Parts: sequence; C-alpha cells; structure tokens
Amino acid sequence: MAYGKKVLDHYENPRNVGVLDKDAPNVGTGMVGAPACGDVMRLQIQVNDAGVIEEAKFKTYGCGSAIASSSLLTEWVKGKTLDEAAQIKNTEIVEELELPPVKIHCSVLAEDAIKAAINDLKSKAS
Amino acid sequence: MLTPTYMDYSSTTPVDQRVAKKMAKYLTMEGDFGNAASRSHYYGWQAEKAVDEARSQVADLVGADPREIVWTSGATESNNLAIKGIAHFYEKRGKHIITLKTEHKAVLDTCRQLEREGFEVTYLDPLPNGLLDINVFKKTIREDTILASIMHVNNEIGVIQDLQAIGDICRENKVFFHVDAAQSVGKIEINLESLPVDLMSFSAHKIYGPKGMGALYVSRKPRVRLEAQMHGGGHERGMRSGTLATHQIVGIGEAFAIAKAEMKDEGIRVQKLRDRLLAGFSDMEEVVVNGDLEQRISGNLNISFNYVEGESLMMAISDVAVSSGSACTSSSLEPSYVLRALGLTDELAHSSIRFSVGRYTTEKDVDDAIKLVREKVQKLRDLSPLWDMFKDGIDLSTVEWAAH
Repeated sequence: MAYGKKVLDHYENPRNVGVLDKDAPNVGTGMVGAPACGDVMRLQIQVNDAGVIEEAKFKTYGCGSAIASSSLLTEWVKGKTLDEAAQIKNTEIVEELELPPVKIHCSVLAEDAIKAAINDLKSKAS
Repeated sequence: MLTPTYMDYSSTTPVDQRVAKKMAKYLTMEGDFGNAASRSHYYGWQAEKAVDEARSQVADLVGADPREIVWTSGATESNNLAIKGIAHFYEKRGKHIITLKTEHKAVLDTCRQLEREGFEVTYLDPLPNGLLDINVFKKTIREDTILASIMHVNNEIGVIQDLQAIGDICRENKVFFHVDAAQSVGKIEINLESLPVDLMSFSAHKIYGPKGMGALYVSRKPRVRLEAQMHGGGHERGMRSGTLATHQIVGIGEAFAIAKAEMKDEGIRVQKLRDRLLAGFSDMEEVVVNGDLEQRISGNLNISFNYVEGESLMMAISDVAVSSGSACTSSSLEPSYVLRALGLTDELAHSSIRFSVGRYTTEKDVDDAIKLVREKVQKLRDLSPLWDMFKDGIDLSTVEWAAH
C-alpha cells in the first residue's frame, strides 16, 4: 500500500513529540489503544489560565498512519479551547491525511485520545 | 529511480537469467510453441521432449521418479490437489486430518473447506520454537485419520520440521503424509527415495523460477491415489487436466536443475549473509529472534524489535523491501497467526520483521540494512509510549488497555 504525501510528511517529521508532566494540574493525558491491536497513542495537552490549549505532545506506537494522525492532532489542538478541541472529528483527520478505509481506525484512535486527555484534565479540575 | 534493496526472497524471487532465457525459447513461432499433447506432429513432439526433460530435472532434485511429478500452477494448487485429492479418494477409510496451526493458508483454508464437507481436522499447536511436538502428533492419530499435512519449512519463521520422524509415525499408522515444501526445495536436501513422504508440494518462484508454476510429487511406492480437482483432457495421468504450459514447465525444470548444481555453495553463502545480518542487531536491547535458530533455513531472519510497530518500521526502512507480521500489513488487523501460534505476545508479533536474503544479496546490502534498521528503530522507540513505559520499569502485561 502506498502512503499519502501528508502521512509521509508527518511520519518523517512528526510534530510535537514528547512528554508533559502528567501530574501537573493544567496537563491532561489521554492514553488509548492497546498493544494487542498494534497501536497505542499517548496525547497530552497543557492549558493556560484562559482554558486555551497552549502545548500538546504525543508519543505513538503504531503504523505510519497512527503516528501521522496523532502528530496532526497535536498541531490542530494548539490554540483551541477544550470545547473546541473536543469538536474535532476523526473524519476531518481522514480527509486531511487522505487515509484509506483500512486506516480509519487510526483517526478514531486520535479522536479518542484528545477526548481522553480533555476528560483527564476536567477530572483533575473537579 | 533507485529501487529498494530486495530482502524478501521468501515471498518470491526474481527469475534467474538462465531460466528466463530458456523459457523464451518455448513461446514464439520460431521457438517450440507446440502442445505437448499433440502426439502426431513435430511441434507436439518438441514440446513433449521439453516437458519430459523438465520433469526429470524436477524429479532429480528431490530423488523422485519423473512419473511421480504432476505439474500444477503452483504450491497452492499442489496443496489443494494433495489434501482434497486424498480426502475425497479415501473418505470411506476415514475422515480425520491432522495439520499444524502454522501451515500456509493454502493448507489451512483447504482443510477448512474439507471441514465444511464433513471432515474433521485437528490443528496442532507448534512448540514455542515453531517445531511440531512429535509426541503430541503421535497421540493425535486416530483410527479414522487418513492424512497428515505438515510443511517442511515455515514461510514466516523458516523453521525446518523433521520429516523423517513425522513420516515414520505416519507409515506406522497407515496415515498418508503430505508435505508443503515450497520454502525448502532447492535450499535443503530432499531425498524422496528414502523419506517416508507420500505427497510433496513444490513451487517454482521461490527458487528463481517463474510464478504460476508448481508441481506435486505423488508417490508410486507405496502407491497413492488422488481424486482430480481439475477435470478435462486427462493430462498428468488424469490428476490435473489442462494443456501443459511448456515455457513455464521448462522454467521450473531449469530452476530446479540450477538449484541442484548450486544449492550447497549457495546455502553456505546465504547463511553467512543471514548470520551477518543477525550479528548486526545482536547488541540491541529487546530484540527477539522468532522461531528456532538452529533448525532453520539459511536465508530467513524473523526478528522482533520490541516496542516498535512492524509496519511503521517497514515504512521507515523503505529502502529495504521486507515483510512484517504486523497486523497493519494485512487487511484483517490481526497480527501474524504464525507468530501468535508460537505464543508470542501481541506486541512482539506486531513488532516482527521478516528479512529473507538470497541469490542476489550482497554483503553491502546487509551492512546498509543493518545501519538503516538500527537508526530507525531508535527513532521509533523515541516516539513510542511503550518504550517509555518499558524504560520506566512498567510491565506492559499488567496495564489495563482500552482495546478498540
């Protein structure tokens, strides 16, 4: 299977790879997927006092499309409020990266990851 | 365009120039294009001569009588013909078949089909090194067992089964023994004169012959009978009808003849390359060779780079053409059933890469591949949350994953 240009770009130059302090009160961590399924994504977001995402980091074990999906997502969520970030749909990722049908689950995983990170952050606040 | 280095010889091989040259002589008006079944003129006789010669070449490599060789379109067809052919011919004797979970799909799916027709199939687990547990096999044989189908060399992990031991048990119990030898013929010695094997499948394209060509060995002593799966003009003593593809047959013959002449030296050379490749990875952390390393074909290295997903590694090393047991390389999202049958964890199965080297692989190819793989594994591990967890001392099997 040949890969799309955008997948290759994100795969070769992944944006925002790294780790944030998961114990910090303004950091939310979402870890989704399972080794059994061949992909695990860890997405972390850091919000400022205004509730805007100012930093996002990821690490992903998975195929090129999974890595590209999470890399793209970290770019997209920066500068967004939590509510805005929660609106991101996997179909937008599919469209942007031109993922084939067999790789749609990678985008679903990325959507799950941002939602999990937001939930983590909200549970910390409450 | 610079093409990637080919290290996927277990998938297929290029046709040897010498083979291609010979094949080209059996196609055009100027060549011997005739139908080997045309018994009444020169063109038919020429084709028949070529087919006879090729049959001898194939028989020669494996210690068989030329009359024991049936032409097919490849190992898949040979496996189908052998297994269904025996099952259908001898079903009155019994309806139980034994095979191994790590067999090629051409065997497993054929067995599944027979199950739908009312046969009973036992799929044995291999030992963790990929080999058949002879004692378990022995105990599995029943009164109504008619056939055992066990491959010689596994296509993914390259392990070699003990055909003598398995065959002896089959003979003692009057069970027919079929062997898929697609991955072994021309690489390790096979002598059917002494081996207790009743049926053996061969493929041309795994040993520098053309795709779409194979053969089935059907023993004459003891005599084995098959019900044909392809009906028509009664070619191949009624076992496989269809006009013989002279150029393809000449191709398999030449490829097998070259293998007979060069197999020994080539085996030594290829094993050196494989060992060099393995040595290049041996000091890396969390690297596991899948399948027994001793009982193994010379060109195969199936290796898992733990915490790195196989498909993304293949993508990263796209300058080298290899295979992976990762789910992502198939459309099923299931990792390799062969590696799973060995009891590998999901992570390790997903992280596997199969390198297979062969006739045209050079030392430089190997050295370049080592350098590239080492660099990319490091890069992907830096990107892997599992690697972080491993480094933090977390046992991944204790983590509750949100499977999707």
